[in-house]
Amino acid sequence: MKEELIISGRMNPGIDPYLNLWHWQIPIYLFLGGLAAGILFFAALYSIMGKDKEMPTTVKWAPFLVPLALTLGLGALFLDLKHKLFFWQLYTTIRLDSPMSWGAWTLMLITPLSIIWVASYVKEAIPDWKWKFAWLESFEGLVIRYRLALAWALLVLAIILGIYTGILLSAFNARPLWNTSILGPLFLVSGLSTGIAATMWMSKDPRERSRLSRIDLILIGIELFLITHLFMGFLASSAVQIEAAQLFLGGQFTVSFWVFVIVLGLLFPAVLEILELRGYHIPMAIPALAILIGGLIFRFIMVEAGQITRYLY
Amino acid sequence: MRYAMAIDTRKCVGCSDCVVACQTENNVPVGYCRDWITETVDGTYPHVELELRSERCNHCDNAPCVRCCPTGASHIVEGGVVLVTHNECIGCGACIQSCPYDARYSHPEGYVDKCTFCIHRVREGQKPACVEVCPTKCMYFGDLDDPNSEISVALRNRKFKDLAPEAGTKPQIFYLI
Repeated sequence: MKEELIISGRMNPGIDPYLNLWHWQIPIYLFLGGLAAGILFFAALYSIMGKDKEMPTTVKWAPFLVPLALTLGLGALFLDLKHKLFFWQLYTTIRLDSPMSWGAWTLMLITPLSIIWVASYVKEAIPDWKWKFAWLESFEGLVIRYRLALAWALLVLAIILGIYTGILLSAFNARPLWNTSILGPLFLVSGLSTGIAATMWMSKDPRERSRLSRIDLILIGIELFLITHLFMGFLASSAVQIEAAQLFLGGQFTVSFWVFVIVLGLLFPAVLEILELRGYHIPMAIPALAILIGGLIFRFIMVEAGQITRYLY
Repeated sequence: MRYAMAIDTRKCVGCSDCVVACQTENNVPVGYCRDWITETVDGTYPHVELELRSERCNHCDNAPCVRCCPTGASHIVEGGVVLVTHNECIGCGACIQSCPYDARYSHPEGYVDKCTFCIHRVREGQKPACVEVCPTKCMYFGDLDDPNSEISVALRNRKFKDLAPEAGTKPQIFYLI
């Protein structure tokens, strides 16, 4: 039996007594990245399906949030860097083994494309809008003509961005809580759900809202399924992953996870959405806000708890 | 060529001389360290067994820190030594998260720092500072590919273990037990 264990001589700030290196910036960024991916995915999907008339908020208006979310998210990510003036080194190389390199390049592509996407709808939002330069007018014409190609690009990039927010964590095999391949799909589905929640909240059209709400119910179901599998996988795995699962099954994150993420963030909005579909009048802001807050807390908990789990000591 | 280190847990007294030598040799900022001493006590009193280990970066064969580095600042040089190029490091912390030994830290100047196996000394034919100063001579450094190096001899003649092999990193610091 290992009765006692002392480490002497190491007290590196941020590393000891337990790893505490990533703070609020990372979960905020993962949340905003997932949100942007979710909004863009459905915007691109419904645009490709030719449903921009039936789903105007999804295709045209909700994406206006995306450049904002991505800029704020990138800002948070920048604040997290400790050697900030060298951030441009990210863009001097492509490293296929590194999820963070994938993410940096994906963001480099998806941010300008999302700005182009919403810019092409500015004239529909503000009818007297005039672009300042003639070349912008002709560029807009070009974007509208090739919108289908842009939508496909955004669809693929949104999936990569959504999965990447999870793979960023799951690639670290040193942190047993993160080191599961379910995290990629789980963060993708959670991101899609937060994207739908934001869109649903913005939409004024009851038919669009009920369609989104139906999709969201499916996504919540998939999330619950993936979370169940996450814990089944942990409990059937090695000692360090069993210990990681215990943080949520009686350990220090039990209440915050089950109350805020599962009940408030998934079950409560699901019940409200079912009631809404059954004809009860529920203000959309309530389930939407619950999903968004639940998604945010989920990322905070995963980042915080993952850093505590380890192999040694 | 494969540089590695073997540390005799039966000779180590946990004096921390290796820690201080490293801090001096490498100008490690105050309050930080690149190597450290771990004491573990196994068993229940009165049947207990103490083990002392001088620990540091394992310069892994399958180094997760190099794999996850988005800029290539973490890289491998001759002999499998893992180094960080300071002006390529953006301080994102991915390598720190990826290390099962928590051997890396964020230097106050922003970049990530860690043990270099004193490659600057090794290139001049000297031993790493920690090995050089050890008063009980419990550390062996050398080339695993050379069957006559003192580390190869030590590993041939003694039982040894490595840390957290289940993490899949193939660590290259061996503890003689």
